[in-house]
Amino acid sequence: MRRRSRYPVRRGAAVLWILVALSLVGCNKTPWNDPYPAADARANVLYSAFSERPKHLDPARAYSANEYEFIAQVYEPPLQYQYLDRPYRLVPLSAAAMPEVTYLDASGKRLPADTPARRIAYTVYRIRIRSGIRYQPHPCFARDRRGRPLYLDLKPGALDGIRTLADFPHTGTRELVAADFVYEIKRLADPRLHSPIFGLMSRYIVGLKGLRARLVEARRTDPDGYLDLAHYPLAGARVIDRYTYRIEIHGKYPQFRYWLAMPFFAPVPPEAARFYSQPGMAQRNITLDWYPVGTGPYMLTENNPNRRMVLSRNPNFHHETYPRHGAPGDAAQGLLHDAGRPLPFVNRVVFSLEKESIPYWNKFLQGYYDMSGISSGSFDQAVQVGAQGQESLTPAMRAKGMRLRTSVVPAIYYMGFNMLDPVVGGRSERARALREAISIAVDYEEYIAIFRNGRGIAAQGPIPPGIFGHRAGRAGIDPYVYDWVDGRARRKPIRAARALMARAGYPGGVDRHTGEPLILYLDSASSSGPDQQALLDWYRKQFAKLGIQLVVRSTFYNRFQDKMRKGTEQIFLWGWNADYPDPEDFLFLLYGPNGKVEHGGENASNYENPKFDRLFERMKDMDDGPVRRAIIERMLRIADRDAPWVWGFYPKEFRLYQAWDYNVKPNPMANNSLKYLRIDPGRRARLRRRWNRPVLWPLLAGIVLMGLFIVPAAVSYARKEHRRPAQRS
Amino acid sequence: MIAYIIRRILYAVPILIGVNLITFVLFFSVNSPDDMARMQLGTKRVTPQAIQMWKHDHGYDKPLLYNAAQRGVDRFTDTIFFQKSVRLFAFDFGRSDSGRDIGSDIRQRMWPSLAIAVPVFVVGLLTNITMALLIVFFRATYLEVSAVVLSVVLMSISSLFYIIAGQYIVGKLMHLVPISGYAGGLSAFKFLVLPVVVGVISGIGSGTRWYRTIFLEEFGKDYVRTARAKGLSELRVLFRHVLQNGMVPILTGAMVILPLLFMGNLILESFFGIPGLGSYTIDAIQSQDFAIVRAMVFLGSVLYIVGLLLTDISYTLVDPRIRLR
Amino acid sequence: MVKLVFLWTDALLYVLVATVLLSAWYIRSHEHLRAPWREVLHSRLGVAAMVVLAAYVTIGLLDSVHFRMPAGGRAADGAERYSGRVLSVLDLILTPLRTHEEETYSAPLATRLYTKETVELPDGRDVRIYPRLRYGGAQLRDPARERIPDILHTVLRGAVFALVLWAALLALVVARLARRHRWRVLHALYRVLSGRTEHPWNVALYTAGALILFGSVTGHLAVHYHVFGTDKVGQDVFYETLKSIRTGLVIGTLSTLVMLPLAIVLGITAGYFRSWVDDVIQYLYTTLNSIPGVLLIAAAILMLEVYMANHPQNFQTVIARADLRLLFLCIILGITSWTGLCRLLRGEALKLRELDYIQAAQAFGVGHTKILTRHILPNVMHIVLITVVLDFSGLVLAEAVLTYVGVGVDPTTYSWGNMINGARLELARDPVVWWSLAAAFVFMFGLVLSANLFADAVRDAFDPRSGTTRGPGSGRRDVGA
Repeated sequence: MRRRSRYPVRRGAAVLWILVALSLVGCNKTPWNDPYPAADARANVLYSAFSERPKHLDPARAYSANEYEFIAQVYEPPLQYQYLDRPYRLVPLSAAAMPEVTYLDASGKRLPADTPARRIAYTVYRIRIRSGIRYQPHPCFARDRRGRPLYLDLKPGALDGIRTLADFPHTGTRELVAADFVYEIKRLADPRLHSPIFGLMSRYIVGLKGLRARLVEARRTDPDGYLDLAHYPLAGARVIDRYTYRIEIHGKYPQFRYWLAMPFFAPVPPEAARFYSQPGMAQRNITLDWYPVGTGPYMLTENNPNRRMVLSRNPNFHHETYPRHGAPGDAAQGLLHDAGRPLPFVNRVVFSLEKESIPYWNKFLQGYYDMSGISSGSFDQAVQVGAQGQESLTPAMRAKGMRLRTSVVPAIYYMGFNMLDPVVGGRSERARALREAISIAVDYEEYIAIFRNGRGIAAQGPIPPGIFGHRAGRAGIDPYVYDWVDGRARRKPIRAARALMARAGYPGGVDRHTGEPLILYLDSASSSGPDQQALLDWYRKQFAKLGIQLVVRSTFYNRFQDKMRKGTEQIFLWGWNADYPDPEDFLFLLYGPNGKVEHGGENASNYENPKFDRLFERMKDMDDGPVRRAIIERMLRIADRDAPWVWGFYPKEFRLYQAWDYNVKPNPMANNSLKYLRIDPGRRARLRRRWNRPVLWPLLAGIVLMGLFIVPAAVSYARKEHRRPAQRS
Repeated sequence: MIAYIIRRILYAVPILIGVNLITFVLFFSVNSPDDMARMQLGTKRVTPQAIQMWKHDHGYDKPLLYNAAQRGVDRFTDTIFFQKSVRLFAFDFGRSDSGRDIGSDIRQRMWPSLAIAVPVFVVGLLTNITMALLIVFFRATYLEVSAVVLSVVLMSISSLFYIIAGQYIVGKLMHLVPISGYAGGLSAFKFLVLPVVVGVISGIGSGTRWYRTIFLEEFGKDYVRTARAKGLSELRVLFRHVLQNGMVPILTGAMVILPLLFMGNLILESFFGIPGLGSYTIDAIQSQDFAIVRAMVFLGSVLYIVGLLLTDISYTLVDPRIRLR
Repeated sequence: MVKLVFLWTDALLYVLVATVLLSAWYIRSHEHLRAPWREVLHSRLGVAAMVVLAAYVTIGLLDSVHFRMPAGGRAADGAERYSGRVLSVLDLILTPLRTHEEETYSAPLATRLYTKETVELPDGRDVRIYPRLRYGGAQLRDPARERIPDILHTVLRGAVFALVLWAALLALVVARLARRHRWRVLHALYRVLSGRTEHPWNVALYTAGALILFGSVTGHLAVHYHVFGTDKVGQDVFYETLKSIRTGLVIGTLSTLVMLPLAIVLGITAGYFRSWVDDVIQYLYTTLNSIPGVLLIAAAILMLEVYMANHPQNFQTVIARADLRLLFLCIILGITSWTGLCRLLRGEALKLRELDYIQAAQAFGVGHTKILTRHILPNVMHIVLITVVLDFSGLVLAEAVLTYVGVGVDPTTYSWGNMINGARLELARDPVVWWSLAAAFVFMFGLVLSANLFADAVRDAFDPRSGTTRGPGSGRRDVGA
């Protein structure tokens, strides 16, 4: 009706034009709703998305998953996780072999490998790298005929007309040398870079703290300029020869090898830093923080965080092959089909900015993204859970040829109690009973069922499955919260919790002394997601089971962090994502000297139990084995009893892969897995066409309907014109 | 005239200072520099020293508005407020707290914003005027009544419903256009069709009603009655007189919106994943990037003042009797 | 006894209602003020809209009397103990809807859940079925067969009940008119139904009839079914959308209540005194106006969050926190929207002060305050009224948008914005969950449409040159999409 017009013909013509224009879009047989250029329809391109623009792409600064998604494909640290093996295993990447580890005493004398940790003063990692690895083509390596660098001493005005890195006409490359690794370790101390692990590493790497002090001094006179770190020696990281370097750390820190698999320790060429520090670069957003320079299988060729990021195959990539061995069952799944073939398989990876999950999911269903997680809203659509809890795809998804891969992420989401709080905290019997009662009442099995569609495992302790020290089965339950019934863990009945409440002095949720109802406060970082309300309601209901009134205070994440640091919270929701697959990375969250309020560490509940702490200090430097397992066992028992957290749950990740994806196996530790993926673009193009046939009849029906409205208008018009002479007379 | 414009531009300076002060106070009453540092430094293993270091590097370790430790003018200039505001007036937006140059981001994101805001504005204006003229033409028939009721109905529907329904039906069920996203150049067309249509439709109700009253008022004037009495055809009267004279208040009214088209459309952009300035602002609010927020507020205020100026000028151009003092 | 709880918005709503009643009483006694209102009451659409609005307002007011129920038992000092849960009168009326919580989604009038679940059979086997609902159609033994007849039966009962109610209402109106005009009853009935009365009583009665029918049928159905289905956590969507009415009304009315004093005082003083007063006030509103509204709102809401985080002892209950956020949203919406009205009033005051009688009053030495309150203010009140009614629907719509952006009402508050926000996820499901969106749409549309129609009627009656007061774009320029 809105479209009623006096010019039906012209309107119709307009609609026709639109149709013609639309069919022009569609004439080369790509679907109309294809968001990508038609020319790429059959290209060997992988399509993915990013929801938030990565903040840092500098390996010394990047520390979050969405940043690693890019830079782990570009930078190659000495080690990597084997793609297929479980449990996770480190293998060399840019290193030629695993590092040689030697222990020294305070005077620098070598100690045998079985020396107890407390007698070890220094550990030396000697790393030999592969020769012949070359950097990606980059202007910082470009040289003129006489071998002088082209772009390292730019004159003022030389940057006119340059807007992105791609605007530099010449590029070059160079062989990777050990000095590049040492250079990056020194960069961790640069005050300009605010490396997130400087605090941690300065405790280990010899001389890093002193280097920071000298660099702060140097930066005072020249805050933004290029700092030639070659003039600043670092005792803890030294070049031995062209292909060998050594790192020296204080004491024994076996977990250090895992850090060597993270981009923080990847090589960075000093030329790049010098290139990017020239005046005028930062104004064009051309910085090392935005344009990584690495040796990896891909290089970042399009870098527009406002729209899309593109990784392209690095033409200088060294020879690396698909692994020949995998975990049991991998061969049956076809994961070893490409064994021994050179990596990478995909030519380009296009990441589009997709801020919301709903359009992402819809596009995935239309075939425009090659893989997807599953949001809880779309779970039933994709996955059905069988009688024994085994998951499989729904028939609709199977008909599309999709595949489901699940993995338990080495992470934990928990509800912590602030042990400094006078009501829920402290190690008094009263507070302990209260915490235990809450641990029983907050039914995380229900939480997982409602909000995560079963994608999680109710936690029995801080260590998730797949990490050494995780307890499973009957021996693994938290005996204060669970009973072992009929061969599985069953949460204690709510009566038990109520009895504990009475013991704590709050029968029915009312303070026995004051007669006032007990009010507790839950702090959480708000996610403003649509589920937020239901979620908070759910928490309130859990506490209401005990008669406790729960006040939820959800604030922005940084404000939440502030509260945590000041210790003003009472109960809080938080999580931890492992940096490396070692129990130390979880148990240190309960280590007293790591307390958040007092020491600024990661122990957010400020839990402190001297017995636990002593055991932790023994456990952390040990190698995996029965002794270590026994100590961990004792630590977990202590934590069970003190209940500083409601253990929460270990998330399980479900990922869907399209029919044209090959070699997919989720590896939560390995960030550089894109190089293993292979796709079949021809099949993808066929399926996309089949899934996206335009439905035109509603449009035609709309036009006809509009036509129907024109008729009465025309009649009315005619009548009006007809009447006019009579009016005039 | 020129003197007037200069005067108005000078008049804008205190307004912009006021805007800056309000933004500044609002932002820092909710956000301490510590918060900002934590926001930027990430979530894991952040030490207090790292926060100090960040604040120092980004100039947030000074007092907010008044520096008692300094002497003379420096008490006011050696503060976060002064240091961060003064360059704005030269349109040098500096770097965002996460380290990117804001000016180049704005220049880049301006185009998608315009690509959606301008068509919505132009097509919307044309559609609404056409509808309003039709209603006036068919006045005193049941068509007018039903069209007026329909426009009330249309304007009673939340714009969110239009967007959700459009995305669901056209994008998901009919496969006609990509569900969201954006591309440069000509291929932007398929991404823009749906948001523009939705934007236009959600504005039809109120727009049509508003223009209808303008045209009706014009229609009631003496000269129109004279013209009709002279026997001019209905269509001619409508187009020659009513439309032409009615356009004056419509266009002068639109002037103030015109510069603000640069700022983009918050809701449409974030629903359809269009990387314009509207979604830039929303992202900055959500990630609490003060530098961007301040730049966008400043830009918005400047554009608003330009809009007011344009309105004044267009009045004089349309009606020579009005003199700008 | 129950313990009454006074929320800030409740108190302000009562003030508002009292103000409206007082001014109604005042208007009744002044003929020149009554005339335009009589015109409003003559408009058919206006009357229909008023009836619908009255229904919304009734629900909203019922939802604005809050209290805590006794929890049983006594505290140590002998005082009665109260449950921590704050309820409203509406909650009491809707007790079955409020308490009938299912596990998760169920479609409107369904008897089974919308998703399959693994259920353990008595013999120990696990099967995947759509489980029966706990409450929806729980009285049926064989829902597949009995559901439709039962629903029809209930609808019929509801309709009959509605008819009886409506007939009683009709009788009341007819009797009253018959007595006033000394008509015979049948004649009065005829005149009422055919609309031959001074006010369009028939329109009012038919609208009321439709509302009663809707209310009665849904009311009868709601006892045994979920009329609009249930949401993700199994809450009745009908209950949610009824609770959302209060939020919509509060935002639509309190925001204007907040801005009125500012706009009126500043507007007419600027126009009346001119000179530097005018300059200062103009500077103030131009500055405020040029800040993008969303940003101002976002900052204010953040500020409140921080305040509440730092003073947790003042906000013991969830509802108090949510209420304060709602109030704050109203205030900040008021602050972002007062400038428009202020400018209008300034212009009007500029015109009025040049009029002869005001010039004369000034010449006779009448005080400024007296001139402002006696002569200027009454003469701009029609502009104020029109602005208020016109703004109402815009504010209700703005709530939804702001909530989507994340700076709207508290996530725990029932509001249409929150419902729509959640519904986006539901639309991406397959099979699609449409009922939350539909319910929010229907109820929000009903309120906004009747508000718009009512505003039209008021404007036509009060503004001789109707429609020239505001245009699109002069309102919230960046809140609405």
